[in-house]
Amino acid sequence: MLPPPGSCSADVPDETGRYGKFGGRYVPETLVYALDQLAAEYEAACGDATFRGELDGLLQNYVGRPSPLFFARRLTAHCGGAEIWLKREDLNHTGAHKINNTLGQALLTKRMGKKRVIAETGAGQHGVATATACAHFGLQCVVYMGEEDIRRQAPNVFSMKLLGAEVRGVTSGSRTLRDAINEAMRDWMSSVETTHYILGSVVGPHPFPKIVRDFQAVIGRETIQQSHAQFQGLPNTVVACVGGGSNAAGMFYPLVGHHEVELIGVEAGGRSSSPGDHASPLTYGSPGILHGSFSYVMQDEDGQTSPVHSMSAGLDYPGVGPEHSYWKSTGRVNYTCCSDEEALAAFDVLASCEGILPALESSHAVAHAMAWARERSSDQRIVVCLSGRGDKDASEIARLKRG
Amino acid sequence: MPFVTAGDPDLEFTSAVIEELVARGASMCEVGIPYSDPIADGQVIQESYTRALSRGIKVSDILQTLGQLAPRINGPLVTMVSHAIIYRHGMERYADALQDKGIAGMIVPDLPVDESDGLAAVCKTRDLSLIQLVTPTTSRDRALKIADTSSGFLYYVSVAGITGERSVVPQELQERVGWLREQTSLPVCIGFGISQPEHVRVLCQVADGLIVGSAIVRRMADAATDSRDQALRQVGDYLSSLLAVMDAR
Repeated sequence: MLPPPGSCSADVPDETGRYGKFGGRYVPETLVYALDQLAAEYEAACGDATFRGELDGLLQNYVGRPSPLFFARRLTAHCGGAEIWLKREDLNHTGAHKINNTLGQALLTKRMGKKRVIAETGAGQHGVATATACAHFGLQCVVYMGEEDIRRQAPNVFSMKLLGAEVRGVTSGSRTLRDAINEAMRDWMSSVETTHYILGSVVGPHPFPKIVRDFQAVIGRETIQQSHAQFQGLPNTVVACVGGGSNAAGMFYPLVGHHEVELIGVEAGGRSSSPGDHASPLTYGSPGILHGSFSYVMQDEDGQTSPVHSMSAGLDYPGVGPEHSYWKSTGRVNYTCCSDEEALAAFDVLASCEGILPALESSHAVAHAMAWARERSSDQRIVVCLSGRGDKDASEIARLKRG
Repeated sequence: MPFVTAGDPDLEFTSAVIEELVARGASMCEVGIPYSDPIADGQVIQESYTRALSRGIKVSDILQTLGQLAPRINGPLVTMVSHAIIYRHGMERYADALQDKGIAGMIVPDLPVDESDGLAAVCKTRDLSLIQLVTPTTSRDRALKIADTSSGFLYYVSVAGITGERSVVPQELQERVGWLREQTSLPVCIGFGISQPEHVRVLCQVADGLIVGSAIVRRMADAATDSRDQALRQVGDYLSSLLAVMDAR
């Protein structure tokens, strides 16, 4: 039975960082001090008009916001159904939505009087966005990145170095995003007094999922305004890809109270639905603890994190933000997944129909939107959060196509 | 008090090491349950966990082995275990299993006091210890709260950082631990970074116990290349060298 509409609150998390039963703070005692400090600083910053003004100014003049809401006319014709609109986060400075969060957190770093920043990155987009914000504010920057991701996202590694960041390769575990988060947390354990950890997604211990969501919520707020301006209403459906889930959380959060809008999150279906072949904890996983938070996760019966796979480095993660688990449990957002193959096909179609190279991550959302649009009539509209651009993926796509 | 990783390279060796350490005079033993994402651990313990897990070790096998060992040794065993593992097993089921195997309690390094009420209650009804951690970044008020909900002993983490051998122990450590001991009736033991006789000489006067982890795990790892008897003797001799410093006081 579906929960009643309205059982999903936008007034989350509570003060302990809970989204319903999800979220919380499962971290070593050493980090509690830094998390308390961050929560207090964030609260103070929220009430500070100067902080808000400085961030808004940067989003407008440095990032280039608002990002356009674009009607994909030829893609719509290609699918032959509902109108497909693209929220163009790929046009932001540094090429993805990640910069919305890193500028906000870099400003918080400055407020806390810290001079050093660490970050993890999967696809490298968050690493580049962090390195960029640190260069802008004159902060020292160290980015942890799995060796496997360093291989498949080489252009971003190069950019980070050019921006003055130190990229530290992570060779433990699966050598991907999950291990990069472990390593960043370990660094933070020893450096909490002087260092801020700019976490890149709506995952991790409280208050990170809330802070990242709030900084990304500009995506959803703009989408609401632009929809009213361009088609005098709200779309029927909004779709976003979900790895850790930051672009989706930023897009969905302002829309949670608009019950008439269907929200769909698309996870990485990878090669198949067999364990280890995908990265879809909301679709195939169960609630458990990973990286300081209680949320859906891919684990074995002992609580050990399971291997996951996605061709897209940004979605190749065994966990997901706790608010997504909450939205799933309340039925407010529907979660599905899309295979590597479907995402690659969508990449090609968007490239040839619209002249836009989407990131492999965002291609998952495009694939689902195309399938959705085909089944609907032309008076319906779907908005896709096009979270990033695909330039970084060009060589990896060439490699995948060679098979 | 030594820390050993369970199942590195196998449970038979883990058992032998614990027996050896207790025979050499360890007062109790902390057994690390390997976890895939141990964020509080440095390279030595991380790698030992990875080695154990790559051999497919299961929590049930570890507890089985500890259950056979517990009655044979003269000193309690406690498990160091991630809450990810406890949650997946179920807090009550995990606690029941410990009790059933004669294990004295648990240290859960990723369960801060704000989240530990449920597990503390489960432990209390079973007479299991829930050993909680206090660190240099813990405020005094918070340390008192942690002391209140902890049982067995209090684990004082010597540095803001991860596990691993360090050459020097922080200056303020003695004063901080001294203060904490005045506030609680629980024994206070210090861990993280302790590996050298000099550390023991300085710290054994201020603490009720000292925990040595990475330095032992590193020597245990030699069992993969050297002969087991030799690794066993090395670990034992190392512990004896630390205990000799304490006895000399």
